[in-house]
Amino acid sequence: MAAPVGTGARAEDSGHEKQDFQEKESVIPERAEEAKLKAKYPNLGQKPGGSDFLMKRLQKGQKYFDSGDYNMAKAKMKNKQLPTAGPDKNLVTGDHIPKPQDLPQRKSSLVASKLAG
Amino acid sequence: MAGVAGGGGNGNDFQWCFSQVKGAVDEDVAEADIISTVEFNYSGDLLATGDKGGRVVIFQREQENKSRPHSRGEYNVYSTFQSHEPEFDYLKSLEIEEKINKIRWLPQQNAAHFLLSTNDKTIKLWKISERDKRAEGYNLKDEDGRLRDPFKITALRVPILKPMDLMVEASPRRIFANAHTYHINSISVNSDHETYLSADDLRINLWHLEITDRSFNIVDIKPANMEELTEVITAAEFHPHHCNVFVYSSSKGTIRLCDMRSSALCDRHSKFFEEPEDPSSRSFFSEIISSISDVKFSHSGRYMMTRDYLSVKVWDLNMENRPVETYQVHEYLRSKLCSLYENDCIFDKFECCWNGSDGAIMTGSYNNFFRMFDRNTRRDITLEASRESSKPRAILKPRKVCTGGKRKKDEINVDSLDFNKKILHTAWHPMENIIAVAATNNLYIFQDKIN
Repeated sequence: MAAPVGTGARAEDSGHEKQDFQEKESVIPERAEEAKLKAKYPNLGQKPGGSDFLMKRLQKGQKYFDSGDYNMAKAKMKNKQLPTAGPDKNLVTGDHIPKPQDLPQRKSSLVASKLAG
Repeated sequence: MAGVAGGGGNGNDFQWCFSQVKGAVDEDVAEADIISTVEFNYSGDLLATGDKGGRVVIFQREQENKSRPHSRGEYNVYSTFQSHEPEFDYLKSLEIEEKINKIRWLPQQNAAHFLLSTNDKTIKLWKISERDKRAEGYNLKDEDGRLRDPFKITALRVPILKPMDLMVEASPRRIFANAHTYHINSISVNSDHETYLSADDLRINLWHLEITDRSFNIVDIKPANMEELTEVITAAEFHPHHCNVFVYSSSKGTIRLCDMRSSALCDRHSKFFEEPEDPSSRSFFSEIISSISDVKFSHSGRYMMTRDYLSVKVWDLNMENRPVETYQVHEYLRSKLCSLYENDCIFDKFECCWNGSDGAIMTGSYNNFFRMFDRNTRRDITLEASRESSKPRAILKPRKVCTGGKRKKDEINVDSLDFNKKILHTAWHPMENIIAVAATNNLYIFQDKIN
């Protein structure tokens, strides 16, 4: 049974409420996709378009490095290695202290565009 | 084989043919080479592109040559320059990308061409001018440029202008900086040719093209408490004829039309466009896919078009409660939203454009596909920008995506689509049926077939 694809597809009128609900889940592909996502990530927030998501968008490009944290941590761990930044280099520092080598090089592209060549 | 009626307005089908492709062929795409904006100027003779590396390349259409009737006005490089460079805001610990978000041309008023280009934080006005003459015979310096000994000059001469090889120079004439806390997503030149707006996630500013140290804030949707933030501005544009009217779209799928005559701060809209949602179809993805990624007025000024993740909608400015036309771009993706959320593709920002007569609209999709809709015949077509169909004047074959198990010959299954090949930026010549399509680091130009 091919699910009709479209915006706001309504569940078919049927006498059986339970069947109604199940049909709705399969009739609306978005809901099925939502169920898939929730199954994979059970802790996913309730409001996807809400504050957290938008705040992340507004903070694009933010790089944190606190020299105070860095120097304190260096003083604390005289001989030991400083904890290095994990795979997510954009984490707020504190425990994760990026070394200069970890920071992505800021390139400046003075090379001509290949569209012009 | 359906074409889409173009600027002629007489409803004839056109056949789109490959014309040119610009850019490197290699598989390994350098991030800096990714094209981030494409824009024709008002006459269509110039085509500008901006990329992630902060560079602008301008192509100029060659004059049609009687001895080469098939060349039909090819676009060749006219000028290229570094518009923006990467910066670091030390005070805010913020990395500022050099990526060109938008280019907008100014209407031409003299021999030089002017355009506005912007990255996340700074807008620049560039002047592109031609120099084809050079003065010779100066009195105080010789031909090498060295100063002559004034005591040895015994006669005066008048310098004369001699022709030289054409040189196209780009120079930054104005730099409009420090007016945006958030990331600029749009710029739009006003029909008064004196002012323009720039919009970031939460604010819209009005500038005068001559004045760089001041701008007026005309929209501010930043809540007093950032925890209450529910939507951001995604695009903004001035009305093509009414210099007091502009619109801005939001991440919640709404459009607000504002009139600058009503108040200095246009926080209260004059019109509010929103399509009612069917509550029974609401899902986790509803708001994300309703976010509008582009808004464009029609040339007539009577309609506007919005692009959200799955569709393009045409709105009549006189009707706020629903769009007059809705076109599905790639409805087959509705049942793939989970994986598109996981790989972030659901946040891709596609643009859309009108043809010169407002009879057709175009937008991009994945797998280097792009879609065209004819508003009159209601026909649509899917075409592909690929090196395989890049023979000169080769007619583009329509493409089709299938969702089910049975795949017909020449169709492609939705699971085989390459989601890394996205066409986000397209442009349509203001008068003719010539289109520019940006496919990652390559720029394709297609034209309709000459009869």
